[in-house]
Amino acid sequence: MLDFFGSIPGAVAQGMIWGIMAVGVYITFKIMDIADLTVDGSFATGGATLVVCVAAGMNTVLAMVIAFIVGCLAGLVTGVFHTKFGIPAILAGILTQLALYSINLRIMTQRANVPLSVDKYDLIISLRNIPNALIVTGLFVVVIIAVMYWFFGTELGHSLRATGCNQSMARANGINTDTNKIIGLVLSNGLVSLSGALLSQYQGFADINMGRGAIVIGLAAVIIGEVLLGKIFKNFALKLLSAVVGGIIYYIVITIVLQMGLNANDLKLLTAVVVAVFLGIPYWRRKVAERRTTVPKEVS
Amino acid sequence: MLKINGVYKTFNRGTINEKRALNGVDLTLNEGDFVTIIGGNGAGKSTLLNSICGVFPVDSGSIVIDDIDVTKLPEHKRAKYLGRVFQDPMMGTAADMWIEENMSLAYRRGQGRGLKWAITSKERKLYKEMLSQLGLGLEDRLSSKVGLLSGGQRQALTLLMAVMRKPKLLLLDEHTAALDPKTAETVLNLSDKFINEDNLTTLMITHNMKDAISHGNRLIMMHEGRVIYNVSGEQKKDLTVDDLLKKFADLSGEEFANDRALLN
Repeated sequence: MLDFFGSIPGAVAQGMIWGIMAVGVYITFKIMDIADLTVDGSFATGGATLVVCVAAGMNTVLAMVIAFIVGCLAGLVTGVFHTKFGIPAILAGILTQLALYSINLRIMTQRANVPLSVDKYDLIISLRNIPNALIVTGLFVVVIIAVMYWFFGTELGHSLRATGCNQSMARANGINTDTNKIIGLVLSNGLVSLSGALLSQYQGFADINMGRGAIVIGLAAVIIGEVLLGKIFKNFALKLLSAVVGGIIYYIVITIVLQMGLNANDLKLLTAVVVAVFLGIPYWRRKVAERRTTVPKEVS
Repeated sequence: MLKINGVYKTFNRGTINEKRALNGVDLTLNEGDFVTIIGGNGAGKSTLLNSICGVFPVDSGSIVIDDIDVTKLPEHKRAKYLGRVFQDPMMGTAADMWIEENMSLAYRRGQGRGLKWAITSKERKLYKEMLSQLGLGLEDRLSSKVGLLSGGQRQALTLLMAVMRKPKLLLLDEHTAALDPKTAETVLNLSDKFINEDNLTTLMITHNMKDAISHGNRLIMMHEGRVIYNVSGEQKKDLTVDDLLKKFADLSGEEFANDRALLN
């Protein structure tokens, strides 16, 4: 039991880091109405870029800025595949994700795992100092949500929301929907990469597989947040916050089931099932509602 | 104001579903013209409006709005000259966004969109005034999601958004067809009001022959991708529905077939 409570702060810190990733997923999945699978690759790209840059002697904050930019570029590639090559968004994301596997290995000079010791380098967070990690990650969450709140309140941000909501309407009002989709994908993958950069510091290494299934974890966070807080959180900033809270709850639940004896290798199976069920709930609800309102056919 | 010259458009060329939708359309509108368009199923009415908007490129011919050749311009770049109301009330507004957010999107049609805050308090006052002209009580619901409005309310809002920037050309594509008769009348009256107030050059497709006669100063009839009848002024005012049906039979050699028109 003591073990369990002892592991909660760490779970919260990890949940917040993944929550930043979930904010990125929220932008594509909820606002732009695009299921973007680039994130599985761009999350690891963020981690790899940070570790390599810091190990080469770069300032950690600057390395994070670079990780953000590299993530943006990954989103740009998917956006170009989607809008200029006419490839469906899901497939465009899968292509970039696949390409990123090779690129991430190149970034890490063909190593699958690169360690980064907090003893040797000046990292901004580490699991060795969890209270500090909580504060720093919390600050990141607040600043990122504030910036996103501002951005989606601007003229450009509004036009992105319109693009995700109704493309005919957007174009009829002079909005370049292709450009906006690219901007959304760039922004989203930048945040996802930044989140990967934070996680690699927290855990002390970058791994080629650290982003595997990231999209599902991000979706889990978004959906858990929406199901639990959607009724109370109406403001846009609070909706983003609920994605972060969803990430935290996800990690707390993971910690609990692991301590209850679940095989860690089964985690991805569990996550996929949970996300599938939660995505199915609104659909089933609609089905039931339709059945209730349908008048039985008259027999003639 | 609008010059359409020899516009052709064929969909699914070279397939079994090949459909010649526009077959050499020539049409000129003068400033302030309000033209109603009637025609049977598949006559090319909506295709004509969509090709003016740039929803798809045309095969040949040219489209010139106010001396600007827009034939090759993408849809979003033509939007600044146009105001559009679609047949489907869901298509003209963003359901997940508020009334005032939708209006601010339309208010910036043809302007740059930068990192300025999207709605100023001055604009909000303006939107309120504009909405009160609709007489639907929407002026008190600026921060309601548009998805919560009825079809008629959404269509009235779309109309307002289409005219708020005083477009060079207003395109109405059977914009009252999906509404109940009473709401349809309200929206049509509002259309008349806005068109008259700002002397807007307008193309309106309708399936209702009576409406086609009683609204606007010109009427055109389309058949098989061509304009087969073009009438204006006194001659148009004196038309009756029977006249139109006879005219159609004479010119096309067929009975007038429009599912919706027959039901009216």
